[in-house]
This record gives sequence, structure tokens and C-alpha cells, in this order.
Amino acid sequence: MRVELTEVVRIEEHQELSLSELAELSRLSEADLRRLQELGVIAPVDPGAAERTFRAECLVVARTACRLQQDFELDVQGVALALALLDRIRVLEAELQQLRATSLQTG
Amino acid sequence: MKYKDYYSALGVERNASEADIKTAYRKLARKYHPDVSKEAGAEEKFKEISEAYKTLKDPEKRKAYDQLGSHRPGEEFRPPPDWGVHFGGGGFSFEDLDLSDLFESLATGRRGGARRGRPTSVAGQDYEVTAHITLEDAFHGSMLDLSLTVPEYDEQGLLQRVPRTFKVRIPKGATEGQRMRVPGRGGKGVNGGRDGDLYLNIALHPHALFRPSGHDLYLELPLAPWEAALGATVQVPTLAGPVALKVPAGTRAGQKLRLTGRGLPTPKEGAGDLFAVAQIVVPTVLSEREQKLFKELADASTFNPRGHFEQETSHAR
Repeated sequence: MRVELTEVVRIEEHQELSLSELAELSRLSEADLRRLQELGVIAPVDPGAAERTFRAECLVVARTACRLQQDFELDVQGVALALALLDRIRVLEAELQQLRATSLQTG
Repeated sequence: MKYKDYYSALGVERNASEADIKTAYRKLARKYHPDVSKEAGAEEKFKEISEAYKTLKDPEKRKAYDQLGSHRPGEEFRPPPDWGVHFGGGGFSFEDLDLSDLFESLATGRRGGARRGRPTSVAGQDYEVTAHITLEDAFHGSMLDLSLTVPEYDEQGLLQRVPRTFKVRIPKGATEGQRMRVPGRGGKGVNGGRDGDLYLNIALHPHALFRPSGHDLYLELPLAPWEAALGATVQVPTLAGPVALKVPAGTRAGQKLRLTGRGLPTPKEGAGDLFAVAQIVVPTVLSEREQKLFKELADASTFNPRGHFEQETSHAR
């Protein structure tokens, strides 16, 4: 069987994404993305720009938002709250991992 | 095609109301959703629950499911001959099909694929898989063989499960929990819809020596008391091979000695750092001479490692 080689793309390596690109890749509607932006979940690179672009990391957030919205049947406000809590967990887990990595093993 | 019992996946009776089905799903989703659950096997469990709910929450799909009859989970079965016609589905190759594909294709058919008029394009599904790699792979970059079985329409328009195997190049410097996108490697789009993407979630195998934190690495560095007190040059392992590390005199346990740029490579250029965390270890068995020398040191030294105990307790008084 022929095995094709595929290059992977680190998400942060993408160029900035327009609102429509972010919608296409994350499968969220542009309206929901705008609501998430109003709620401060995702932020455009330059809020004053005529055409807003988003850092590629927003794709991970938007994809999670899409999953939460579909799987828990949440409204955008609920998604924003869940994302804020998940982000706190992510930060705490990173701190925990850092503490575990730096602490001495006893015994 | 293998039968799946969607009712038992949700823990409800076959005659359960829509409300009961929704409640059961929500309860299980909160427990097993991969974004919120850390339970082992949660991802697989959630897939089952979600697949069951997607079918049972939709009255038309539930009716279609019920008409497949009741079988034992995992039992091979074929839907009744006129089954697909009733529910607007196209042709199926039942042997290679998963039950979830069957219902997914009904949804696609309803969205316009099988109806008259201009067919609607539907984007292919995105897939997400966890890629387990070693720290060495993360450091050097690696090739990963991926095998997925995905639903696809063949040339005759029959939906079936096909194995897809491909290699992906994981660039060097991957970190725990990092997401990577493999463009176009998800499900095939229908009627000109774009192909879905495959997302990789990087998980690093635990390493015997190095503990990663982002791009930085931590290594426990055991030192003999005299090495810590007098200073020493010791050989330490790094992912690129051993290097000499100068341990300064008076190194304390827990002190981090930084080896700049010896961590995991960062995406553009440069690398994280490697921190050697000093640990003072003592020999458990002492020779007579060692014992004598330690005794001599104990007698000669004025060092009081617990001086602060006295200070703190005198404050409290």
C-alpha cells in the first residue's frame, strides 16, 4: 500500500486568520464568533482594524467552543463560562506540571 | 454491520421519552466529555454516548433505528431490504459500514445530498487523535504512522468504511498538549465540500530522567555532600548527549542549575532550557575511613543547618 507523507501544521505557525477563515476551520458561525469576541473569549489582533484578524491560537479556543456548544447544547454565554473555567484549569495544570517537574523526588 | 444498542449506551429503556434521553445524555456527557473529563477511556465512552444521542434525539433517525430491530450489541446484522428507501438514504455497502455512518449519511441526505435540486456541499468531518510520542521524538522531530478507518463514498456512491494510512512529520519541539493540524486529512467533503482536517493532540511519554514543562526540561541532579560543598564539574545527560556542568561551591538541595538552550527546541529558533535540580545524597554504607572523615568534619565544623529554628522560636516567645 502506498503511504503518503503529510506535513503537520503547528497551529501557532499559521498566519493570522480572518473571521471567515476562523469560522470555516472551527465550524462555529461568524455570529457566534462575534459574540465570543464581545464576551472577551477571543480577541482580534487589532481591534481597530477594518478587517479583524485573529491569532491562530484562537482556532484551538474556537474549536473547543464548537464542541462544547454542540455536545452540551450550550448558548454562547454558557460556552464562554465553560471556556473561562477550562482555561483556569489549563493554567493550574501547567503550574502543577511545573511544580512536579521542579520538585525533588523523595524516597 | 455490527449492531450497537444506543438505548443501553445512554442507560435508558427503549420506550424512553425524548426528555429522558436528553437528561441521560447530559448527565453522561458531563462525566465523559473529553474537554472536561480526565477519566481513563473517557474519549471512547463519550463517542459511544454522543453517537447514541445523535440518533435517538432525532425522531426520524430514532424511528429508523428502531426499525432495524433489536439485536445483541456487536451482533452482525443487515437492515431490512427496503430500509434505506424509507429514510431517504442512498446506497450502502453494509458489510464495511459502521452504524454511525449509516445515520450520518441519512443526515447528509436530508441536508440536500439525496434530494432533488442543486445538491448542497457538506464539508468533511474533522477528526482528532492523540499522538503519543517520546521526549526524544519531540526533541529531534519524528515521523508518525497513522492508521484511521474513516467513512467514505466509493465510485458507485456507496458509503463504506475504508482504512487510510499515512505518515505525518511531527516537527521538532512538540510539547505536551500541543495541537497540530493535518490539513485535508479528515473526512472527505461531499458534493464539493472541503475535506475535513485531522487534529493531533500531542502527549509525551514520561521519561526516566527528564521532566518537561513547556519547552523547559528538568533533571534531578544527585550530588555527593562534598561535591555540593566544594563545587565540582559533573557530567550530565541532555537529549543531545552528555555535557559537563560546573556545580558551584555551596550548592544547596533544590537549587536549579540552568543549562541554557538544552531544553526542547522552540518553533522558530532557539530552545528551552534544561534545569538540573540539585539533590544532596549520602552514601548509605560508609567505609571505616569515610566514617572517620565525616566524624572529623562534624567535630571541626561550626555549621548549624537548623540555626533558623532557634531564631524563629525565640521570636514566638
